[in-house]
Amino acid sequence: MNDTPTPDTGAPILRSVGLRKSFGSLDVLKGIDLDVKRGDRIAIIGGSGSGKSTLLRCLNFMERPTGGQVILDGERIGDARVAKDGSETITYRERDLMAVRKRVGMVFQQFNLFPHMSTVENVMEGLVTVLRRPKAEARERAAQELARVGLGDKLDVYPGRLSGGQQQRVAIARALAMDPEVLLFDEPTSSLDPELVGEVLRTILSLAEDGRTMLLVTHELGFAYRFATHVIYLSDGVVHETGTAEEVFRNPQRDKTRAFIARSSEFSL
Amino acid sequence: MGYQFDFSMVIKILPVLWRGVIVTVELTIACLAVGLILGFFVALLRVSPAAPLRFVGRAFVEIFRNIPALIQLIWFFYAFPIVIGAQLSPFVAAVLGISLNTAAFSAEIYRSGIQSIERGQWEGAMAIGMSRAATFRRVVLPQVFRRMLPAFTNRAVEVAKVTSLASVLSVHELMYQGRVLSSTFYRPLEILTTVGLVYLVMIYPMTWASAAMERRMRRRA
Repeated sequence: MNDTPTPDTGAPILRSVGLRKSFGSLDVLKGIDLDVKRGDRIAIIGGSGSGKSTLLRCLNFMERPTGGQVILDGERIGDARVAKDGSETITYRERDLMAVRKRVGMVFQQFNLFPHMSTVENVMEGLVTVLRRPKAEARERAAQELARVGLGDKLDVYPGRLSGGQQQRVAIARALAMDPEVLLFDEPTSSLDPELVGEVLRTILSLAEDGRTMLLVTHELGFAYRFATHVIYLSDGVVHETGTAEEVFRNPQRDKTRAFIARSSEFSL
Repeated sequence: MGYQFDFSMVIKILPVLWRGVIVTVELTIACLAVGLILGFFVALLRVSPAAPLRFVGRAFVEIFRNIPALIQLIWFFYAFPIVIGAQLSPFVAAVLGISLNTAAFSAEIYRSGIQSIERGQWEGAMAIGMSRAATFRRVVLPQVFRRMLPAFTNRAVEVAKVTSLASVLSVHELMYQGRVLSSTFYRPLEILTTVGLVYLVMIYPMTWASAAMERRMRRRA
């Protein structure tokens, strides 16, 4: 892995090819092709049950795909074995998945902060146990990340004493501290009180200004439009329509997309 | 009733009862230490992804939880020596019997604690690249200990009480001393009442602490 940021040569940092996921007999993802280039900000939208969260969760292997490929920086994740009849089974080694997750961070709907650790300890945890940084250095880095999300004065506070919006910003700082090449947001504002949504969205937008590569699953179409360079509209486990934010939101080509977007007040005209 | 109470000799027997208290405390600590440590490993078997290991853990728990502690003590003292071909001291037999019983119950406390930790905690840790083992150690376990502290305190109370069974193996703990003294002085009413009160004084603070912890946790939740 090299440390200098690679200029956007057009080669995708993260790809999925024919990605499939089923839970029992329920096919949630039915073959998703996705190209994420460095600096891309992709909003994944769709109705509930469309598979958008599952797609995101397959990209860092919170869920293991049942078929297809995830390719990170040109390298396919998992060991594929082709049987005599041509069918392919993929096995994943924990070590490989850990390596992926170091490079592809995630922010959850429910924050998933560690309640027995202070905010700074939450943010340090990955630096110390995964990246093996010395504690003092990790703490300093964690403090920087917390300052960046506007919580520089809350280092020693426990998550239980923070508002939902603050907790989500700590979770963002925790993900950022790992210097991920791609950052995944899984409905980051869906469990927040309306008045707390803004502070989290502003934080995410500020990361966009830094040129971060991000994927966002959201119901907030107005925000998706401001945030995204590209939009994927998912329906019934397939990519129904995709394009730039301008194309998908202002000039959707397919009826279903148009109907979905019209349901949101921001785009109802 | 016409019974003449005579508590005067209670003063005389206090030193003997005190020796009993010491042995009861020793038994309690030994059984808790062995039981909590062993129980932890049994709990690991119980939550293991491998079915045979889960079965072993389950079998351990059900055997030592469903056979009365008294039977276990007597078995380890009278039957176990035939299996291993060596006699155990009463104290060791008592510790074995009570610890295994304690391990079975505490394994269930650990297990329910581990399973009560939300999936999101695992995901939050794994999403920053932590291994399952590191997640368990750094994120899950500390929360299990915290969440289960009242239950563990309850278990300690039970162990303290159950050590009185060791008197049947002539371990010189509090109950044994009480029985010997009451037949020496022919004063079972005064002496056994005193023994009961000594247990109460020893154990009630633990019960109180456990209840207080539970109250505090409920307030925090």
